[in-house]
Amino acid sequence: MTAMCDVAFLLLTFFMLTSNFTKKEAAVVVTPSSISEIKIPERNIMLILVDSKGKLFFGIDGQENRIALLEKMGTLYNIQFNSNELKEFSLINSFGLPINQMKNYLAMKQEERDVLTGAAGIPCDSADNQLKNWVSATRSISKEYRIAIKADQATAYPVIKKLMGTLQSLNENRYNLITTLETSADLEQKL
Amino acid sequence: MAEIAKNHRKGARKRRAKKLSTRVDFTPMVDLGFLLITFFMLATTLNKPQTMEIALPSKEKTPESEQTIVKASKAITILLGKANTVYFYEGTRVNDVDPEVHATNFSPAGLRQFLLKRNYEVMAKIRNLRAEKNKKRFPEAEYEKQLSAIKKDKSAPIILIKATDESVYRNLIDALDEMAICNIDRYAIVDITPFDLDLIAKFNTLTKAPDVSKQ
Repeated sequence: MTAMCDVAFLLLTFFMLTSNFTKKEAAVVVTPSSISEIKIPERNIMLILVDSKGKLFFGIDGQENRIALLEKMGTLYNIQFNSNELKEFSLINSFGLPINQMKNYLAMKQEERDVLTGAAGIPCDSADNQLKNWVSATRSISKEYRIAIKADQATAYPVIKKLMGTLQSLNENRYNLITTLETSADLEQKL
Repeated sequence: MAEIAKNHRKGARKRRAKKLSTRVDFTPMVDLGFLLITFFMLATTLNKPQTMEIALPSKEKTPESEQTIVKASKAITILLGKANTVYFYEGTRVNDVDPEVHATNFSPAGLRQFLLKRNYEVMAKIRNLRAEKNKKRFPEAEYEKQLSAIKKDKSAPIILIKATDESVYRNLIDALDEMAICNIDRYAIVDITPFDLDLIAKFNTLTKAPDVSKQ
């Protein structure tokens, strides 16, 4: 019994120390499979999510930087965020809605948000390119951030083209495309 | 926890009769331990997502003297069409004659076979290099250096990837994958031109025409 107890607690310690929890993302994205085996860095990731319908979501890691980011965007769009809203924003992993709805969004409960994020998306048109501002605001906070694009495999190419064009106009020419490792089942599906 | 026998005044007789075991029952603790293990095992993400690093050219115009002009004979254009089809052609229009367009898919026998055939020289060199490396003739850094030198070889083809609006994101990733598999270092993602769309349209009408005549 003592031996089993020892093993159990050893394993428990191992899992406690190695675990990093899966964070919920604003959109469900099925990434395409690839043979690439490079792992994504753990920190300083600026994540751009693209769901299968072409809606864009954005998120950065680091809670202090999130607060600084929202303050910056607030001054850019003349929206005043109070300390509660800033704190609430610092806990959000990724979001996808126009900046003018952000105040409402931050006042919502988690369940209400889940419903909303399904219907929104960050505008990224030539008329109103908010994504561009989010990216450039993040860049001005820290140069360390890497851009990672996590797009759904069924996303139509024009959306990707628009996104790449936006990043190119910001002179962001190096980024990571997030994929899953290819299995033989994926290969069959491709044919 | 185990109880400690209290000192009773009433003498040694009773103490001997009430001798308690010092063993503690660990079962609930082990239960709890395993419960927590299960929780942490399920809550962790052990596999980090994979990523593909790409670098695109910057938008700033480079002066014409510094631009690399793609030699028409070396260039292979890959067009990503709808429903996972790929069209490819070599070179470009010469003397008003359109290049021959082929349609294929992303299977190992499709686009990959063609690219491997075109990149045969480079692949052979890499195979030699790898064999030599396995014999431990030179260190890893030297291998990487030689590998990139081989990939930049003049005989290596230059690939232009152009995606139509009907293609999906997965097609682009698949195409980039093929570049990695075939050891092609010189490729670019380029906007599609009306000329390419015209070629696809022509190809589709040509291949469909015999079917109609049969019926």
